[in-house]
Amino acid sequence: MRRLVSDTLIIAERNLIRLPRAPELLIGFTLQPIMFVLLFRYVFGGAIRTPGYSYVDFLLPGIIVQNTAFGGFATALGLNEDVQKGLIDRFRSLPMSRAAVLGGRTLSDVATNSLSLTILLVTGVLIGFTFHASFPEAAAGVGLLLLFGYAFSWFLAFIGLLVSSPESVNSVGFIAVFPLTFISSAFVPVASMPAGLRDFAEVNPFTIVVDAIRHLWLGAPAHNNVWGAVVWSFVIVAVFAPLAVARYRRAAGR
Amino acid sequence: MSDRPGIEVSGLVKRFGDVLALDGVDLIARQGQVVGLLGPNGAGKTTLVRVLATLLKPDAGTAHVLGLDVQRDAAALRERIGLAGQYAAVDENLTGLENLTMVGRLYGAKRAAAKARGRELLERFDLVEAASRPTKTYSGGMRRRLDLAAALVAKPPVLFLDEPTTGLDPRSRLSLWAVIEGLVAEGTTVLLTTQNLDEADRLAETIAVIDHGRLIAEGTSDQLKDRLGGERLEVRLDDAADPAVAVRALAPMSDELPSAEAGLVRVSVRGRDGAIVEAVRRLSEAEVGVDDLALRRPTLDDVFLALTGHAAEEAPAGQAHDEVA
Repeated sequence: MRRLVSDTLIIAERNLIRLPRAPELLIGFTLQPIMFVLLFRYVFGGAIRTPGYSYVDFLLPGIIVQNTAFGGFATALGLNEDVQKGLIDRFRSLPMSRAAVLGGRTLSDVATNSLSLTILLVTGVLIGFTFHASFPEAAAGVGLLLLFGYAFSWFLAFIGLLVSSPESVNSVGFIAVFPLTFISSAFVPVASMPAGLRDFAEVNPFTIVVDAIRHLWLGAPAHNNVWGAVVWSFVIVAVFAPLAVARYRRAAGR
Repeated sequence: MSDRPGIEVSGLVKRFGDVLALDGVDLIARQGQVVGLLGPNGAGKTTLVRVLATLLKPDAGTAHVLGLDVQRDAAALRERIGLAGQYAAVDENLTGLENLTMVGRLYGAKRAAAKARGRELLERFDLVEAASRPTKTYSGGMRRRLDLAAALVAKPPVLFLDEPTTGLDPRSRLSLWAVIEGLVAEGTTVLLTTQNLDEADRLAETIAVIDHGRLIAEGTSDQLKDRLGGERLEVRLDDAADPAVAVRALAPMSDELPSAEAGLVRVSVRGRDGAIVEAVRRLSEAEVGVDDLALRRPTLDDVFLALTGHAAEEAPAGQAHDEVA
């Protein structure tokens, strides 16, 4: 167990050291979310009715949740690269904890998610977002986002080990993340969707997480969403962590 | 543990779908021995290394390294082995020193100790000047050296080298050979896979020839060459000369038919004494012009050709390996 913790930290440190040296990934964490916020705020914002909220207040929790989902792409791409480059073979031949490579990956996503979360919040505030919440509530929202982002990284870790190339990581990842985040309450009120989509959106964990953040940051009705979001986070880890570790054990370099 | 063989493989079978990658391999290497595993692409070399390095579960048979079972005692075994592969598994975005330090820490060393060991290895592998550069700026040879250094971080008594010099230029290859020879001198047990016959010849004490997942021959380089019998006579013909005439002229010197290919006639002769004189006499009687003529010991290439019916560097094209097994 001590080995798991120390090895996980070593791998997380490695991921964070290399991050500034692969600038394309860093651009993904910094510029891309800003671009999304501005596009939605100014392109769609005028056309979307969000009763009770200004669109920028409504949008920011949604786009931040979407962004935490994208944060896990660093894990998916990084693991995929490690397999392609044969680094996984090196790790697997070392007397290190079997779960540490994945644990370190997902852990370093928490750091990168914190970075892009900060950037998004600053951008949001600059274009008019305001918290309608106490500091503990706002902080609880941040904690929940990091928790959910961490959980979702395990799903993407599994994807990264499942597919054969970084290109497929991107396409499979996008195919999973876009419908999940768009058919949710992230960008438009669920009530505005046609019946079939609405049914999906209502049970979609992304809706639950987005609504939880709106509750914590904007004072929207809670409806158990905060607990729902926490439970979903644990369920995602409980399902995908074992799947990803099983994949890792069998992973083969080229 | 010291009386156990370095590597002991018995009846090892590994299947990938329809492909039988290992078809009942038996192999023994004592501690401190360097075994060269020689075979073409797809022969099963990498699969065997992966099983021994605890990366792959065999379907049948057993494999022990230093007396430790590769499956049951995998965790203990990983403390004692080093693996360096054909793909130079280092993190491109970390520097040489960061890579080695990370590996050292993952072996359980403290940061400072891992760093000190990293520095020591960088010095030994002539990478000091590149120590603080990301490895993506390294040349192929430098990366291989770093990869090998990473395998040596914990001073493992057993080392698996999977085609350590494939794709390197001759100079880098020579420098890596020198490093490996240094390790061998220190008593490390090494299993080295290669497609390169010179490499096996130079580095390995014993050579195991593998093809289609089976060991088809084993022995020292000399033993393998002796199996072929006589010396090889090579005659490079004049441009105007007719190879068919040369083949006919030289045929009586050998038990087998000489081969002719692009102006080069090869024949395995029965006796060394007087072979050159006889060949020159026969060729001049047949009025065949000769550019060059030499008598040499068979190379491992000849061995491979004779054992498998195909050349080592070629892809095996559905040969009936049963004949030679």
